[in-house]
Amino acid sequence: MTHYSLLQLAAEALLPSRRGPAFEQSELKSRYDVVIVGGGGHGLATAYYLAAQHGITNVAVIERGWLGGGNTGRNTTIIRADYLMPGNVAFFGHALGMWPTLSRELNFNVMFSPRGYLDLAHSEGQLDHFKRRANVLALNGIGARMADLDELRELEPALSIGLEPPIPVLGGLVQDTAGTARHDAVAWGYARGARKLGVDIIQGCEVLGLEIENNHLRAVKTNRGVVRTDTAVVSVAGNSSRVADMAGVKLPIETYPVQAFVSEPLKPILHRVTNLNLGYAYAGQTDKGEIVMGGNAEPMAGYAQRGSPLRIAELTAKLVHIMPFLSRARLMRVWGGIADIATDGSAVVGPSPVAGLHFNAGWGYSGFKATPAAGWCMAHSLASGKTHPLIEPFGFERFSSGAFLDEGGAGPYPWLH
Amino acid sequence: MLIIPCPWCGERDESEFSYGGRAKLLPPLDASADAWQAALHVHENPDGWHEELWFHGFGCNQWLVIRRHTRTQEIAGGRAPGEAS
Repeated sequence: MTHYSLLQLAAEALLPSRRGPAFEQSELKSRYDVVIVGGGGHGLATAYYLAAQHGITNVAVIERGWLGGGNTGRNTTIIRADYLMPGNVAFFGHALGMWPTLSRELNFNVMFSPRGYLDLAHSEGQLDHFKRRANVLALNGIGARMADLDELRELEPALSIGLEPPIPVLGGLVQDTAGTARHDAVAWGYARGARKLGVDIIQGCEVLGLEIENNHLRAVKTNRGVVRTDTAVVSVAGNSSRVADMAGVKLPIETYPVQAFVSEPLKPILHRVTNLNLGYAYAGQTDKGEIVMGGNAEPMAGYAQRGSPLRIAELTAKLVHIMPFLSRARLMRVWGGIADIATDGSAVVGPSPVAGLHFNAGWGYSGFKATPAAGWCMAHSLASGKTHPLIEPFGFERFSSGAFLDEGGAGPYPWLH
Repeated sequence: MLIIPCPWCGERDESEFSYGGRAKLLPPLDASADAWQAALHVHENPDGWHEELWFHGFGCNQWLVIRRHTRTQEIAGGRAPGEAS
């Protein structure tokens, strides 16, 4: 496999191009040490770290569609770590720390761009909450700070920031280390890295059933044959409940579509990914100039990879008050991903009641930024047989023990999110 | 946009309603902790037909139950909560 470098690039430019696919598709073997269901960022990262950190290379990643074709390719590519609850603070802080060196680690440009994240407070209460969050983050060594109106105007001159109705802004939380990355490249980079170390990656391979004997996983049945394995990781986001059904496992998860949309390209105007703390309504500008916008999940559960135009109208109406330059921009594309949202809004990760069957689910709309750390921690847990401390708070047991990670303070209803 | 069949007002636009979650019965108050845990946190999460609650807040101010396909968004009828489906 080609090692990408400046020298290699120069050679490619000068010599007749011999460029082929970055890696070859593998054939499914009949036995693996670990089978990873789902070829999105999380599954591929898990495979990569299993091989790179723990020397476990007899691993298959099986994907029903194509790599990164699910939520990995449907999110708004934001990377931030501005959480309040202890488990989330530590985990996402660790994840944020992994992004800056990811391109070098994978020898693949994931285009991580630490352009910063800005969360706007619209009331005294929100401002107090933001200060508390900034303090918690500072105490945990994760950079974030408060900015007053003067500083906000300096940071983002194009925003309409002031105390006037209908949407007053009283201050903001700024995270300079946050940013965006190229979502597809994250999947491709991990896939290429894992393949280089001997991991088999099989696309167009759908799981049809699980063979379970005496509550132990024995095999995964696919449309390309039966694979014997004692360990499988299910990393399929919105379809987690479907695979869980095959094992008779019930998850504390409901699936909700989340919409995103993108404007025509504009000249550089919005520096940071900026969120209005009105429900959620955020926008960030891509390198191509498009403004990528997103907000809340659809209110009703479902598997449709699209949503209602009502949400688009609501969200753009909010954004236009703070970002008046959007008022005449046209939308180019609208799409949806299906997010697996747990009843307390946090991830559900770890071994399931069936021995050998692990889930990496419940990431909802926090999945993309979690990718490197989720893969890292899952690989550690599988290799050592002991749950990585960073994902311990995300275990299944918390729903019966009551140790919820309720970041939204919303209670046991995923649809309140 | 969904067109929701309200049993009192007929077919109305989704913007008049708010979602109230899956239509399911909660256990009695003296049920075991496990039963409550399951009722609050465990979801069938079907990829297909299911029943859900909506509230017609900008209409007749009534709760209703509709049957909706979670992938295709088709809706097959609405009824009053408590009525047989």
